Amino acid sequence: MTLVGWAQIALVLGAVLALAVPAGRWLAALATGRLGPLARLDAAILRAAGVDAAQGQDWRGYLLAMLACNAAGFALLYAILRLQGVLPLNPQGFDGVPPWLALNTAVSFVTNTNWQAYSGEAAMSHLSQMAGLAVQNFLSAATGIALAFAVSRAFAGGGLRALGNFWADATRVTLWLLLPVSLVAALAFVAMGVPQTLAASAEATTLEGARQAIALGPVAFQLAIKHLGTNGGGFFGVNSLHPYEGPSALATALQIVLQAVIPFALCLAFGRLVGDRRPGRALLAVMVGFVLAGTLAVYAAEAAGNPLHLAAGLDPALGNMEGKDVRFGQALAALFTATTTGASCGAVNAMFDSFTPLGGLVPLFLIQLGEVLPGGVGSGLYGMLVFALLSVFVAGLMVGRTPEYLGKKVQAREIKLAMLAVLVLPATILGLAAVSMVLPMATASIPGAGPHGLTEMLYAYSSAAGNNGSAFGGLAADTPWLDGTLALAMMLGRFAFVVPVLAIAGSLAAKPRMPEGPGTLPAHGPLFAGLLAGVILILGGLQFLPSLALGPVAEHVVMRAGQTF
Amino acid sequence: MLDTTTGTPALAGQAGGGAGAAAPSLLDGAILRRATAEAFRKLDPRTLLRNPVIFVTEVVAALVTVLALRDAAIGHAVAFQAGIAAWLWLTVLFATFAEAVAEGRGKARAESLRRARGETMARWVPNPADPAITAPRAAAALGRGDHVLVEAGELIPSDGEVVQGIASVNEAAITGESAPVIREAGGDRSAVTGGTLVVSDRILVRITAEPGATFLDRMIAMVEGAARQKTPNEIALDILLAGMTIVFLIAVATLVGFASWNGAPPSVTVLAALLVTLIPTTIGGLLSAIGIAGMDRLVRFNVLATSGRAVEAAGDVDVLLLDKTGTITLGNRQAAAFVPAAGVPEGELAEAAVLASLADETPEGRSILAFARDRHGLAAPAMLPAGAVAVPFTAQTRISGMDLPGRGAYRKGAVDALAAALGQAVPADLAAAVERIARAGGTPLAVARDGRLLGAIELKDIVKPGMRERFAALRRMGIRTVMVTGDNRLTAAAIAAEAGVDDFLAEAKPQDKLDYIRRAQADGRLVAMAGDGTNDAPALAQADVGLAMQTGTQAAREAGNMVDLDSDPTKLIEVVGIGKGLLITRGALTTFSIANDVAKYFAILPAIFVAQYPGLAALNVMRLTSPESAILSAVIFNALIIVALVPLALRGVGYAPVGAAALLRRNLLVYGLGGIAAPFLGIKLIDLLLTLSGIA
Repeated sequence: MTLVGWAQIALVLGAVLALAVPAGRWLAALATGRLGPLARLDAAILRAAGVDAAQGQDWRGYLLAMLACNAAGFALLYAILRLQGVLPLNPQGFDGVPPWLALNTAVSFVTNTNWQAYSGEAAMSHLSQMAGLAVQNFLSAATGIALAFAVSRAFAGGGLRALGNFWADATRVTLWLLLPVSLVAALAFVAMGVPQTLAASAEATTLEGARQAIALGPVAFQLAIKHLGTNGGGFFGVNSLHPYEGPSALATALQIVLQAVIPFALCLAFGRLVGDRRPGRALLAVMVGFVLAGTLAVYAAEAAGNPLHLAAGLDPALGNMEGKDVRFGQALAALFTATTTGASCGAVNAMFDSFTPLGGLVPLFLIQLGEVLPGGVGSGLYGMLVFALLSVFVAGLMVGRTPEYLGKKVQAREIKLAMLAVLVLPATILGLAAVSMVLPMATASIPGAGPHGLTEMLYAYSSAAGNNGSAFGGLAADTPWLDGTLALAMMLGRFAFVVPVLAIAGSLAAKPRMPEGPGTLPAHGPLFAGLLAGVILILGGLQFLPSLALGPVAEHVVMRAGQTF
Repeated sequence: MLDTTTGTPALAGQAGGGAGAAAPSLLDGAILRRATAEAFRKLDPRTLLRNPVIFVTEVVAALVTVLALRDAAIGHAVAFQAGIAAWLWLTVLFATFAEAVAEGRGKARAESLRRARGETMARWVPNPADPAITAPRAAAALGRGDHVLVEAGELIPSDGEVVQGIASVNEAAITGESAPVIREAGGDRSAVTGGTLVVSDRILVRITAEPGATFLDRMIAMVEGAARQKTPNEIALDILLAGMTIVFLIAVATLVGFASWNGAPPSVTVLAALLVTLIPTTIGGLLSAIGIAGMDRLVRFNVLATSGRAVEAAGDVDVLLLDKTGTITLGNRQAAAFVPAAGVPEGELAEAAVLASLADETPEGRSILAFARDRHGLAAPAMLPAGAVAVPFTAQTRISGMDLPGRGAYRKGAVDALAAALGQAVPADLAAAVERIARAGGTPLAVARDGRLLGAIELKDIVKPGMRERFAALRRMGIRTVMVTGDNRLTAAAIAAEAGVDDFLAEAKPQDKLDYIRRAQADGRLVAMAGDGTNDAPALAQADVGLAMQTGTQAAREAGNMVDLDSDPTKLIEVVGIGKGLLITRGALTTFSIANDVAKYFAILPAIFVAQYPGLAALNVMRLTSPESAILSAVIFNALIIVALVPLALRGVGYAPVGAAALLRRNLLVYGLGGIAAPFLGIKLIDLLLTLSGIA
């Protein structure tokens, strides 16, 4: 670890937080429909689409609209992928995507996961990339943010029935946030050397004189939304490690900013929406704290290097550089890793499979903690609110009152729904991974023996259920079993989680919002933030410790004993 | 004919808690013996199904036992398995024991109450118009609407209302207070309770309760816990605990799959130990004991709640509606100053006031004598001077006094009435003083001697000592106090300011109270009030916590969800504290239980996998002797902590009115961080003992 490295981390994270403040203000404006000079244009567009923004939906209506929108998105994407062989904009002449892979990919992009069991440059036509995958990148991000708006509104007042209008929310988020920022960011990426072209490839002559075709495509625009919408699906197979997808340290820094800014900003927007900025800041503080801790852990583990390499005489100054690129360095790789797994983005600028065991444990654990630190766009906030409700429930009793969060009483119905939501991740991740570790058809995908193989499998299901989408690597993922069960995990992680969360929102919205006083639990300040962090670790993390002990921790101790896998 | 041999004085001692009788001690031998037997009975899985965490523990204990027996049958060494099985059973047993101990105290009291119920024969009056004709009928056969005649020395057979006559009644069987109270037809003192003893006169009582549903029956059911239903917060907590149990079931079951990838999966016994130590057995085992003990604390405070829900609601209360008279102020107005008219020495006025009040037996009159004695050293003569003629107060004259031959005619009374009777105008300076007294919330009384106005006595509502401090404490807890009074706004405002309440309701009619409660509830606030009159009943029923007075009417007692056997409305404040204590105890032990898991992981995880990955010994931060001793120590700690926390669960975590933030900080520190640290020490200690004793 170096001072320069820490300066890089401080600079980039500082930029994220600085941008999160205006972004939070704008998100709150989008949620309340106070769009200033854009209001008339916005109204005209919504009217043309037949949407009445004032027509609020209750939680069931909101849920159904969201599900209908996502189902249509799935059908469209699945059709494009299957038919890409006969559709235009296919200069490479790719065949249609096979059924299991198309299913897996369509679910993956609709759920904002962007798990990729394919290599983009070797499987996807330009049409599939632009009209298929990129469209869902926008739509799934808008869906997440809209859901976060709906849940936030439940705390904003008392006796509410409606949580807002899904169509209006999703449209506004897309038109007035995701599209313009993506356009600007795409141009910035083009300036840094990222291609944006419909050409199939560039011909090059290598130093040996061999001819090589280097894949090209409309990369820059997709790259921008890939990070801004915490989607993470790379245009190229190796994601942001590819020179065209991560040309420089500056480009990787911009990617970090883009993937972290909305999840952080949504906390501040939440504070504005509920009329008290302090609880939003408390949520943000916990998220930033975990991102910093994760960054520190990865940075420390990787910069210390692999003891076996060092024993073999490698320069200890570099640390473990396997799977990393010198143009980013250890510090930006660590910050990228912590934000991409904490934020449910899933893009990578380093290969986790090559991390030291403890370095690899960090992204895995950050995902398993529930993708709330800061989590995906929208999903991070509403996931965090579930933990906040559980925190006030346990601690609220300790101040001698029926627990309440922001003046809303947390009672049996909310706890039941919150526990249902909290159960989704362990049941999906541990259940499917454990079955996969004993099924020969699944273990055939694992390249090696030992705890490292377990980590790879555990990571795959964690990434899918957490809607992260990053791959640990190593695993041969395009098999019917993995395509199918990972698609199942992605759907459960997204929709099985959001149904109880919206139901909580509906239930809380209807309750009166009681004024806070000296007798009520403060939902802000260091005490509450510490409590929330503890509850996330204990209720969100403890159940994964046994499997982690057998995976990365075991690998670490046997590596120290000189054995590798 | 009547069974009056139930030994009321002894009963009073046993039944009375609030009146100073000692509550059965926590470690009362008899209660403990009975609780132990009861704990075994509660092992029935059908009973345990109510408690998912402990039910899972029992299933796991049974499974490990069966496996140990099987292994023993085929000749394997089963010492470790047997040890784990035994401690898992003890875990379940400790949980049922905790509940049984909590119930034990209630049971003891219920028995003494049952003796009061006895098998009373009543004198049934077939025709209430002719109470002379009676027929014997068993108390149990009396229904609502029947009439009975009860005379001195007889037990009142069932709850009812006095429709004719007046009697003094010893209600010690219910309240523990053996000083008899007056019960009479009409008004707010007409309710009588089954099982209480008439000690003078005779009354005709109309029964108002169906057999088996009397106050005494309800009381028995409540203290016994038979009618106990889970409270809303308890249900929510149960769901949380059940959810956590499922999460850890998943974590432990899937470990089989993960471990078989790398080698042999751990044995069922070890997995069972891991599961039971991770699921929240501590709070699961103590949860119902905490609830029962909370009710019991209330009972010993001589307040009966119709449901645990009411106790919990008490902790949530945001607004306290308190009657002024008798609750905030002493029941009666008291002399607070003598204001002489111009040219009259204060001593002369004081002496006249004393002489005018000599025959006045009202509390106000006596307070004038007391005030003159304390302030002016004027002792009232022990006996009335010879020839003294008292002039009694009447509603028409509104004047009272005393004629003393040779000394003069002394009068006191309402200022306008006395001035009118004397045929004089009130002097300007006196009128001003009177006006000032009224504005400050006091009552002026004019004093005259031989037709001359000497001045005024200021009678004031005296705020009970300590009330101001208590209201300040309530404010720190976030609770608003509202004073309800029939006084005019001016008077009410003055007393409200003196008492330090947050708000007041002046010239309040019963409907105003009801409206105030509804308004507060519409804002999402919970309201508590105390009341005793029939016209209080609607408001008592509407309030979230309605504390009815035992001396109140039947209607009030049925409308409220709590009854104060001491009939002291001030106790509402303490009831709030008891409700909060109950919730705090639950939260604190839940936090402790969940925080315990961290240390248990450090004990058991390395122990399970160290054979396969020797390097995992680094996680054995407690340096426990062997994998077996580590696992056994964790299981033993997990069982013993339940017993260790039983006293805390029964006593309750202390509550201090310091505001939510400070309370949270303190309790998080003690039960959160303490919950993380305690098992590290405990498990290490048990491991040391196991090692020293050669078991491990």
